[in-house]
Amino acid sequence: MELFNGIKVDWIGKRQWFFAVSIALLVIGMISLVHKGKFQYGVDFRGGITMKEIFDAPIPPVDRVREALDRGGAAHSEIQELNGTNVLPGTYQIEYGGTASGETDTNHLRDVITRALDTSFAGKHHNLSYEFVGPSVGSDLRRQAVMATLYALGGILIYIAFRFEWIYGAAAVFAVFHDTLVTLGIFSLFNREINLTVIAALLTLVGYSVNDTIVVFDRVRENLKVRRRDDLETVLNDSINQTLSRTILTSGLTFMTVLALFLFGGEIINNFAFAMVIGILVGTYSSIAVASPLVLIYTKLRGQNGIAPIAATKVPRTAKAR
Amino acid sequence: MTKRLRTRLVVIVAFTLLSVYLFAGFPPSVANMKQRIRLGLDLQGGVQLVLKVKTSDAVRAETDQTIESLRAQLVKQNIAVGELTRTADDQFTVTGVDPAKSSDFRQIMADSHSEWSVSSAGKDAYTLQLQKAQADNYKSQSVDQAISTIGNRINGMGVAENTIQKRGTVDEILIQFPGEKDAAHVESIIQETSLLELKLVQGTGSFPSKEAALAQYNGVQPAGMEVLPSVERATDGSPTYYLIQSSGGISGRDLKNAYVSRDDNGRPAISFSLNANGAERFGPLTEQNIGKLLAIILDGRVQSAPVLRGRISDNGQITGSFSPQDAQDLALKLRSGALPASLSVEEESVVGATLGADSIRAGVTASAVALIAVVIFMLLYYKASGINATIAMLLNLVVLLGALAYLDATLTLPGIAGVILTIGVGIDSNVLIFERIREELRAGKTAASSVLTSFKRVFITLVDTHLAALISATFLFLFGTGPVKGFAVTLVIGLVSNMFTAVFVSRTIFEIELGRKGRADSISI
Repeated sequence: MELFNGIKVDWIGKRQWFFAVSIALLVIGMISLVHKGKFQYGVDFRGGITMKEIFDAPIPPVDRVREALDRGGAAHSEIQELNGTNVLPGTYQIEYGGTASGETDTNHLRDVITRALDTSFAGKHHNLSYEFVGPSVGSDLRRQAVMATLYALGGILIYIAFRFEWIYGAAAVFAVFHDTLVTLGIFSLFNREINLTVIAALLTLVGYSVNDTIVVFDRVRENLKVRRRDDLETVLNDSINQTLSRTILTSGLTFMTVLALFLFGGEIINNFAFAMVIGILVGTYSSIAVASPLVLIYTKLRGQNGIAPIAATKVPRTAKAR
Repeated sequence: MTKRLRTRLVVIVAFTLLSVYLFAGFPPSVANMKQRIRLGLDLQGGVQLVLKVKTSDAVRAETDQTIESLRAQLVKQNIAVGELTRTADDQFTVTGVDPAKSSDFRQIMADSHSEWSVSSAGKDAYTLQLQKAQADNYKSQSVDQAISTIGNRINGMGVAENTIQKRGTVDEILIQFPGEKDAAHVESIIQETSLLELKLVQGTGSFPSKEAALAQYNGVQPAGMEVLPSVERATDGSPTYYLIQSSGGISGRDLKNAYVSRDDNGRPAISFSLNANGAERFGPLTEQNIGKLLAIILDGRVQSAPVLRGRISDNGQITGSFSPQDAQDLALKLRSGALPASLSVEEESVVGATLGADSIRAGVTASAVALIAVVIFMLLYYKASGINATIAMLLNLVVLLGALAYLDATLTLPGIAGVILTIGVGIDSNVLIFERIREELRAGKTAASSVLTSFKRVFITLVDTHLAALISATFLFLFGTGPVKGFAVTLVIGLVSNMFTAVFVSRTIFEIELGRKGRADSISI
């Protein structure tokens, strides 16, 4: 079975359209962010209320309790079974951060939870205690995560710059920023909650985007070595077309995997799966529509619209033509 | 099959068996797996502690510090005073103030200690009370600091995937960490304040009992002094006590660093250094008391009481009979910050997985279905070579699990994100190779040479993608905490094992196939 042989699309030629799409996505995301004030953070970022509820026999399993909370208007709560020497059976611990930003009145939050539980368990549950609970992700952890990611991106840039040319490194990293911003914008647009696992999903997105971009660039590097007479734009287009079947296959299969998680993986990892779904789409898109055109634009600006092969470590430098 | 191929096959099989043994034991069973692969709090649940911070400790420390500061200021301005004595956590009295200098005294208080209210307690005495708002402030700060310190300690021990939150609005901290095996050790590390204090000893030595220490004061503990037990024992093994001057010392809040070292006899010891604030006070303290004993107090017990031989400004050493593990634990506790106040465990319970068993089941089912779909597609699209890819990817997961078990790494949901990325990269690697083989075949090359060339060329691509990802994962591991670190761990292992399976294993299978049918024959791809 062969699906994608012999496709010849002028990707680079259409770069104006791609830039327009990218800018539109980014702008929409920015508007949504500005309009809504900030991201929808989960209880681990924001804090809220922690409650102990005890249920009469027969004790409902966790997913039934979760269902009741979702349907009753208290979605995105964290539910854990509680056991121990001083704990009666049927006790659950519920953490909830509210829906609007700045909603920290514990009495109000408790009422929301109680009402939600009443939809399925009216008269069969009883509140043992409730308290304010602070965020589990302090500003420290946030800052560290951001710093770690920036360092990681720096490492990627340097490595790609070393193995290809520095513009390829810069283009790849720029594509990553583009992907992350678009994903965050879409999160804001759809009021998706950002919690700890979403952070992991964003990192996966980064890894996937870089992987995809390097595969394209690697083909470009290989082509530039042998095709001395073609200009960069043609080589870029051909490289993308040659790797297209691989790109569609890999993206398609990986996309299918995370789509399954998104559709059937349950509510808690839904935000996580959503980030991955968007990430794979955008990550694939950016290798073709953002990273490659950037390389062309830069090279053109430097007046090298020609046959400057990438001085990878194995190719002798004298082959560089200006 | 050539000898070379046979060796490779043996290596692959051996590796696979080893990995299976590492994560599933022998004979392999699910029960073994549960034991050998550590799951994080989100997947498995763990222990929950509610700790109460004794905020009055923090307030008392502030009061002591104010007393010292005021004493120094009064001396500098030549205002004679009698006694400065702490009477409550947030209150102290000053007696014997020259009535002529009373306005100067009030001025000093207003200028540098405005959070204290001054009231007269007689002709030459004053009572100073810390204002409630400020006291509350110190209390809340001490809780924040406790949270930060506990976080440092738990992470310093490598307990991944823990949560630390403030509970209530006053003085409670909620902690969750996975697994129950190490609960006792974690609790001990968290709870011990490791409040380091350096205070002067009253007298020239230790006493065999509290009563003996107070005998010179008729059995009544004088204000400004306390009797503390020591970890040292007398020659006959009985406990010893020291009489300590309560105020005028250095506390652990002034610590800059602490690390394991060796004392003069080569035994494990802990060296510490003070920050500028502490050094500023430690210098004069030691200088003015040369010849006296300085008690090094940990959590209210005297570790040792060496004679002050000279001025020390900013560092010292704690010696004693520490085992290497003790010294390490103590240095960690000191380094991560002394707890500003002592903690007591209010509640202890076992909590279920934050993700919920239902969610985990759904996730596992969804992933399994997806992966089966991927395998079916690969078989359809690449025919018999799809089997290669399937074996390679399966092996990748097996090796990954084995490595996780061997390294005693904790698997969390962010870690699973790393696994998903590894699967994606694995699919990518196989597709890259197969597409290349198809290209070569289309260009008219023989099956054998196509396979050879493709693996060689794609190897370069794979090196670049994998190294780039490895470099970034390393940075994430080094500088990230919690979920970021968990993600990095599985990614690093997954990438390394992928290079092995997608290249070495896949190629071996291809070559075995080719060897069977003869060189110029075709391959099913």
